[in-house]
Amino acid sequence: MTTTNSSMASAPVASRWSRFRGSYLLYSFKRDPIAQLSLVVFIALVAVAVLAPWLAPMNPYDLAQIDIMASELPPFWVEGSDPTYPMGTDAQGRDLLSTLLYGARVSLIIGFGAVALQALLGVSFGLLAGYLGGRVDAFLMRLADIQLSFSTLMVAIVVGALVKAAFGGATFSAYAVPLLVLIIGLAEWPQYARTVRASVLAERSKEYVDAARVMGFTSRRIMFRHILPNTLSPIFVISTVQVANAIISEAALSFLGLGMPETHPSLGSLIKSGFDYLQSGSWWITLIPGLVLVVLVLVINLLGDWLRDVLNPRLYKG
Amino acid sequence: MALLDVNHLDVRFALRRGDVQALRDVSFSLERGERLGIVGESGAGKSVAAFSLLNLIAKPGYIAGGSIHFDGRDLTQMSDRALRHVRGHRMSMIFQDPMMTLNPVLSIGEQMVECLKAHRRISNREARAISLRKLEQVQIPSPAARLDQYPHELSGGMRQRVIIAIALLLDPDIIIADEPTTALDVTIQAEIMALLLELCEKHNVGLILITHDLGVVSQVTQRMLVMYAGRVIEQGPTREIINDPQHPYTQGLINALPQMATPGSRLNQIPGSMPSLDNLPSGCAFHPRCGFVERADGTPRRACIDEAPGFVTSGNCRVACHMVAEMLERERIPAEEIR
Repeated sequence: MTTTNSSMASAPVASRWSRFRGSYLLYSFKRDPIAQLSLVVFIALVAVAVLAPWLAPMNPYDLAQIDIMASELPPFWVEGSDPTYPMGTDAQGRDLLSTLLYGARVSLIIGFGAVALQALLGVSFGLLAGYLGGRVDAFLMRLADIQLSFSTLMVAIVVGALVKAAFGGATFSAYAVPLLVLIIGLAEWPQYARTVRASVLAERSKEYVDAARVMGFTSRRIMFRHILPNTLSPIFVISTVQVANAIISEAALSFLGLGMPETHPSLGSLIKSGFDYLQSGSWWITLIPGLVLVVLVLVINLLGDWLRDVLNPRLYKG
Repeated sequence: MALLDVNHLDVRFALRRGDVQALRDVSFSLERGERLGIVGESGAGKSVAAFSLLNLIAKPGYIAGGSIHFDGRDLTQMSDRALRHVRGHRMSMIFQDPMMTLNPVLSIGEQMVECLKAHRRISNREARAISLRKLEQVQIPSPAARLDQYPHELSGGMRQRVIIAIALLLDPDIIIADEPTTALDVTIQAEIMALLLELCEKHNVGLILITHDLGVVSQVTQRMLVMYAGRVIEQGPTREIINDPQHPYTQGLINALPQMATPGSRLNQIPGSMPSLDNLPSGCAFHPRCGFVERADGTPRRACIDEAPGFVTSGNCRVACHMVAEMLERERIPAEEIR
């Protein structure tokens, strides 16, 4: 008895790491060069975005640093460039590299923030609807249907108009990031709710749920501790897609002028700010942020594809 | 009063086309440490009976009448909170398929510790120690290593041992085992059954064994119920029923055992199949399949077709059959005439 006691005390700490090292997740990752490359690019983008205040040559939010005389300078490989601005400058004379780094940061914050909100709402509602069923289910799912019938754009217009009318445009600009998180989070939660509800319905009829009820567990405990972990694979997979979608939604809203103001640009508002100068030959203001956006969304989607293949129970059982 | 006393239990399912009666007038009792078998075909209401004992019938099912007294208290009247205390703690349940009963994403240890912590105020460390002790009791090889393994890493037999360990975790008074060995390999079935029997005897735990295996029932249980179409049709001491079944259905079941047939010939069977609960035949639910609706002299027994049989006592058994009632009546009358 004493020997077994000491052996079990040390066992669980070591096992998590060794379990991960021996896991199918890591194994398939090691054999998938696309996933590896995507992860490297993704981490690099996130890292430079997070470290923007330290990496960027200048602060694009600081009007004092902007030199209007240096506007519309091309990137370094084009003739007429200025070595101070390796990626060129935009129409207001902001260093495009710095603005890009800060912009990617804003885009990522909104993307992840919105998805966190979507997941919080969607997973809770989906669990409740799937587990409790009946009227709760009907009510929540009709709510989801109604929500889905409003596009992200309409939610953005309504919320944006309300906030601007109530508090003025300056307030909207100041709180643009949390407002966009709220807008995109509200507009897309039914994706999560539907996916989670479907998996909960499948899980609920399994015997381990009956067994848990027979053990005298409360409904809340059964929902969150027993059913939720079993629905995590689809949640992970749609999360990657949703992050990519949220970033695109934010870019689209900003491009339409419903999102981040140009004084505080995200990738989308950068693309928009350059769009007016596309005809006049300053293609880089639009093209470079556009490329960054495409690469960011692409690597997230590629990672999501890989994750879906790995977690798909039909391809891999265990 | 017995530890568990079920009286006139009625369970119905509220379906759109009307209520379907899944259990009708089920009564039995179980003493502390006693083992009871519930036998019947698929759909006879065995599993519904098991779940209703814990007041856990899934919607649209509900308990329409009767009482379930456990340790003096009526489970049908209890609050949810009080019921949760009984479930798992005083009465636990073992399911048919060990592949499905354990949560695939939680380790064995996590699941056991969680059960303990849901009912007792103890530390993780203590809970793990108790879990380990229970795993040792079910004779699982290298029990300490199992705590950190996940269900998919264990074989079917080992999983069922883990489930038995979980059922015993809180030292319950009664274990309800719903076909605990049907999903297992034949070679392991006997082992698991022997283990369950041994543990129940050792810890004086009552066992309600739900099965369609008459062999297991006769080896393990002291008393048994035979169910047909939601009714108990015969109940009493296992030995008496197996040796001298009164009800034609019980007789049919025992005759259908492979060892009752002459080698080389077809196995005996009861003709027809069990009626669905929402379309029961009139009178005795078994009469369309029964060979005794006509008396030996060829006259039909109208009662079988017209009215549901009540219970008659034959020896230590209670039987719901018009034919048996008539026989008993005939035996009684000559005895009175002699006097």
